[in-house]
Amino acid sequence: MLALFLRDLKLAIRTSGGFGLALAFFLIVVMFVPFGVGSDLTLLARIAPGILWIGALLACLLSLDRIFQLDAEDGTLNVLATSPIPLSGVTVAKSMAHWVTTGLPLTIAAIPLGYLLNLPSVAYSWLCISLLIGTPALSFIGAFGAAITVGIKRGGLLLSLLVLPLYIPTLIFGAVTVTKAVEGLDPMPSLMFLAGLTLLSVVIMPFASALALKSNLS
Amino acid sequence: MANYMSFYVDNLCCVRGNTVILSNVSFEMAAGDCLILRGPNGIGKSTLLNTLAGLTPEDTGTCTINKGDIAYSGHLDAIKFQLTVAENLQFWAGVYGTDKVASVMQDFGLTELADRPAGNLSAGQKRRVGLARLLVSNRNIWLMDEPTTSLDAEHTALLTKMIDEHCQSGGIAVLSTHIDLDIQNARTLDLSQFKPDQSQSNDIFLEGSF
Repeated sequence: MLALFLRDLKLAIRTSGGFGLALAFFLIVVMFVPFGVGSDLTLLARIAPGILWIGALLACLLSLDRIFQLDAEDGTLNVLATSPIPLSGVTVAKSMAHWVTTGLPLTIAAIPLGYLLNLPSVAYSWLCISLLIGTPALSFIGAFGAAITVGIKRGGLLLSLLVLPLYIPTLIFGAVTVTKAVEGLDPMPSLMFLAGLTLLSVVIMPFASALALKSNLS
Repeated sequence: MANYMSFYVDNLCCVRGNTVILSNVSFEMAAGDCLILRGPNGIGKSTLLNTLAGLTPEDTGTCTINKGDIAYSGHLDAIKFQLTVAENLQFWAGVYGTDKVASVMQDFGLTELADRPAGNLSAGQKRRVGLARLLVSNRNIWLMDEPTTSLDAEHTALLTKMIDEHCQSGGIAVLSTHIDLDIQNARTLDLSQFKPDQSQSNDIFLEGSF
């Protein structure tokens, strides 16, 4: 599993597009908001948590189809299915590699982007913590969607439709955590819910993905 | 002879999609055996290999193959173009938990290609990297789907020698091919005999609707 995880990281760094695409998309979306909404600083501060979370979520969505599609196209997935690593293990390694190459950079990039949206200073630590805790759920749920659509050429649309509803709880609790912090309320309860959602996805999704992959192999 | 290595296939039916491709396939394999699958295009050689590898679920019948002994090589070489030849093989060595990369590259004449990105290789060279994976995996049962594709005469001979050595050391090989390979003790199985009766439709509800 470690070999697979390290190989995926190496591939993401070497293949231009895989690593930078999500990050670039996140930067563009968030940077366009002040232009579209106007320079009303109080308004920007109020919508900043939502914008940052939506931006991170959409950026994550953009890179999901790469999780299994590339390996399915060159036959690697078939060989992995006959290897000593169980398919659930394959999913865990790939989800983790996806998180390190998208979720983690998005979390770090959110700090300067929060400044751009006039996010109040009390909220930065909560923004980082909520993204750090919430984005693994995006990777694990996304891997499940990618596993279902792996046999379909250009399955991006179906993948988005499948995954977006599953992302909504994470989006709600993630954004609310930061909003509560901005308003001076206690963000802990929503953060706990967010952590619960992530733990649930990490436990369930690899097995669901393994089932989906198994039925998609040929 | 070690008994755990052998396996048998009894009355196996292979399906692709909803169509039965092969029915009542039966054969036995003991340690050291090599089975060559023959038959025209579309007869179900790949489907049978996929079923043996556990990639396609068997429809009916039994197959006692131990999934932990299998090394599978399909139509595609399962190599990453962005990685070098050595990195590709090291990855598979990591997956299978072995450390035979250097010796295998020597055997396959891949040493001088070790630092080349796999994307720059010719089709035959890619195939050699894909076949080298079988040796790296250190597994007993090789399932090979047309391993000679794109190989030149010299490397086809090398492949034959490699399969010979594998079988002589107690391994099992099942492969499909369209050319004659000079492998000692190899049996040939013509799959045409297992072709199901065409008049039987798999789905009675769809019968005659197309």
